[in-house]
Amino acid sequence: MIRLTLSLILVVWGVVARAEVDIQEITTPGGIEAWVVEERSIPFVALEILMEGGGSLDREGKRGAVNLMMALLEEGSGDMDARAFQEAREGLAASFGFDAYDDSVSISAKFLTENRDEAVALLRQAIVDPSFDADAVERVRAQVLSGLASDAKNPNQLATDAFYAAAFPGHPYGSDMSGTVESVSALTTEDLFDAHRDTVNRARLHVSVVGDISADEAGVMIDTLLGELPAEAPPLPSDVAFGLPGGVTVVDFATPQSVALFGHEGMKRDDPDFFAAYVMNHILGAGGFESRLMTEVREKRGLTYGVATYLVPRDHAEMVLGRVASANDRIREAIAVIRSEWARIATEGVTPEELDAAKTYLTGEYPLRFDGNGPIADIMVGMQQVGLSPDYVLNRNDFIEAVTLEDVNRVAAYLLRPDALHFTVVGQPEGLESGPLPALVAN
Amino acid sequence: MMRSFVLTAVLAMAGWSAAPLQAQEVTTFTLDNGMDVVVIEDHRAPVVVHMVWYRIGSADEPVGASGVAHFLEHLLFKATDTLESGEFSATVAANGGTDNAFTSYDYTAYFQRVAADRLPLMMQMESDRMNNLRLTEADIETERQVILEERNQRTENSPGALAREQIRAAQYLNHRYGVPIIGWKHEMEELSLEDVVDFYDLYYSPNNAILVVAGDVQPDEVRALAEQYYGVIPAEPELPKRLRPEEPPQRAARRLVFEDPRVSQDYVTRSYLAPERDSGAQETAAALVYLSEILGGSSFTSVLSVKLTFDSEIALFSGAGYDADSLDDTTFLLSVVPAEGVSLQQAEDAMDAALAEFLEEGIDPAQLERIRTQLRASEVYALDSIDGIARRYGSALTQGLTVQDVQEWPGILQAVTADDIMAAARDLFDIDQSVTAWVVSNRQELTQ
Repeated sequence: MIRLTLSLILVVWGVVARAEVDIQEITTPGGIEAWVVEERSIPFVALEILMEGGGSLDREGKRGAVNLMMALLEEGSGDMDARAFQEAREGLAASFGFDAYDDSVSISAKFLTENRDEAVALLRQAIVDPSFDADAVERVRAQVLSGLASDAKNPNQLATDAFYAAAFPGHPYGSDMSGTVESVSALTTEDLFDAHRDTVNRARLHVSVVGDISADEAGVMIDTLLGELPAEAPPLPSDVAFGLPGGVTVVDFATPQSVALFGHEGMKRDDPDFFAAYVMNHILGAGGFESRLMTEVREKRGLTYGVATYLVPRDHAEMVLGRVASANDRIREAIAVIRSEWARIATEGVTPEELDAAKTYLTGEYPLRFDGNGPIADIMVGMQQVGLSPDYVLNRNDFIEAVTLEDVNRVAAYLLRPDALHFTVVGQPEGLESGPLPALVAN
Repeated sequence: MMRSFVLTAVLAMAGWSAAPLQAQEVTTFTLDNGMDVVVIEDHRAPVVVHMVWYRIGSADEPVGASGVAHFLEHLLFKATDTLESGEFSATVAANGGTDNAFTSYDYTAYFQRVAADRLPLMMQMESDRMNNLRLTEADIETERQVILEERNQRTENSPGALAREQIRAAQYLNHRYGVPIIGWKHEMEELSLEDVVDFYDLYYSPNNAILVVAGDVQPDEVRALAEQYYGVIPAEPELPKRLRPEEPPQRAARRLVFEDPRVSQDYVTRSYLAPERDSGAQETAAALVYLSEILGGSSFTSVLSVKLTFDSEIALFSGAGYDADSLDDTTFLLSVVPAEGVSLQQAEDAMDAALAEFLEEGIDPAQLERIRTQLRASEVYALDSIDGIARRYGSALTQGLTVQDVQEWPGILQAVTADDIMAAARDLFDIDQSVTAWVVSNRQELTQ
């Protein structure tokens, strides 16, 4: 067992405040690797389990199987039907969450010390022995279909669907992992067992445990929960290039405010320039009210309530994305301002003052994230998913501090390409139509 | 309504140490100018949450100026005598902290979360903008566009939100809870500098405010700082007593059909006027918390789910909701989304039949104990978030409750009996004190 005591050091105006997170890296008796923080202040445990694969492992013609399968894990297992299972869980005051994403499935749980063994036994049953009873399948299938109907009238979801379909044709990223009415309607119980075997297993497993439990106890608990799962999994899909050229796509939808999803190719999480890109993106559009886009689009012009950009390094493709929403008669101007800011930071770079402010914020805010058992468990499993080691917690602020003005400006110049931006706009935008981007004009 | 569209959901105490669990020490005092102070000690990490809550919300706005409370919340981030526009948040960020604000019917609150040794700076800036805001016409013009886009995003683009506005407007004939927090669009468009400044000058005053400081602080230090920064601001002598138009007795059931082609799934929802937590008298509200959980709290074991989804195939979803935290009468909501092939009339009839059966059959003791256990456990889980604890005090003290009421609430919840709940249910479910809404994509299809 490797035991690391990591001190998060928060430096503000020369004053050092220290908060400690003691991460223990363990291998359970059954051979599962996990991160554990023993924290006895409050008598409960937070648990996060993440298995890589997720919706991207839907079999051919079975889109939506992983999503439906995960929704059914709380709907009956062992000899309990859905109601019996939930009565047991409610009686223990435990909370369980089962979620499917494009690249992973996750299981989250919180349970009290006073009934931990019973809660773990119940959760184990849901994970390893789901029954996929016909009545539960039909009930949840109807809920998923209702969600799809809702998506079809949701401007943000319409933008997401259109954008990804055009960016990743033929790849799982190109379609919503909830599936379609046709594919979800056709799923069988056998498909659900297949999806369970394909995605809920130990092949690419990450576990974190935080709270009122020792590392040894946590090891036994993890083996109880996950030890019976298969060790094998199907291969992950291949990487895919971002396939959407610069331009505008308008999806007509009768609503007063247009919403836009925009972006182009991005940067991998393990790229040596990632931290420079991260700091740059903070200055451009991720830094709340202080970001350039919020200043220009909202504060100066009142064109939106919110605009933000994100680095999105997924497992098989990477993007720089952003979102904005403006009234139909103002979205055109909002988009023009965003594009000119994209160009300005790429050609002129950022100022030393902007860089300093971004670093101070990012390094100061980081320790504030470690604010409870649940958030710490979540951060730790996320770190494992992207291949970081526990000492990243200690070094992360040094990585931020090491970013230079030259790094940021060099990365901005090659990463941000205003002519490559594609804007997918849902609404009835005035003066915008599908086609190439309009010529960039100075603001 | 939050100023930022980036939802700063995680705001609790940061960091970590192995300090044993203590019930947080809570200290309260009042400054000479009437400003109330609540200090919640949590020494697990060197971080502090600093909040100022004003006893002023959208339900206190002048007639014709709906949205002014929320508009002012946005404008509080503009220039003061000593800070430039935007400098407040930039300074918090430059100190590694986060800040935001929110407006509700009964309160407007501002908060920062930052290293504990930054508390004096936060107090300096927050006390500055209590009194020294310097707004310009240009601020009004630009920020009004922002709040209109906020309304577009939250409400105009959401048929569900538009329907909720209509339901509340029908529920509250006379009380300002019937007017949306963000404001009616036509009134927002006319909000002026004068509207905002009048509101600010009168209500943003120490005798109308509550300071909540939670985290790694000592009460004596907070008192000294509070006296230094907030204590010097004079009380507002003209601060009016908080009187609101009350609802007249409702004597007739109200119904409405809301049609919007963007509705993806028709549903029926019912709102009943309901009592809220009152100081020294929280028992009925506690019973209604249970009633909401019993009827609709679990999509597997609640009464509506069992009767409408498991025992029959009426509902795709059903639910109940009750907000106990309110200065004046609140609402208790029921809703049913019918399953494929079930009409709204059938769904509503089945909901009413389920309520009638429940009033006849009473409460399953096992279900009651499960809910009691979950409410007790929620107090354990709540300790993980000092920010959530701080919010309890801020919202309670702006909604007519006391520190003692806050501390007694978990015990009152644990003491609720089945008889209490059934009595509260019988008082609540009077169809003549309700609004029933059908939310549909196409009303023509209802008659086919």
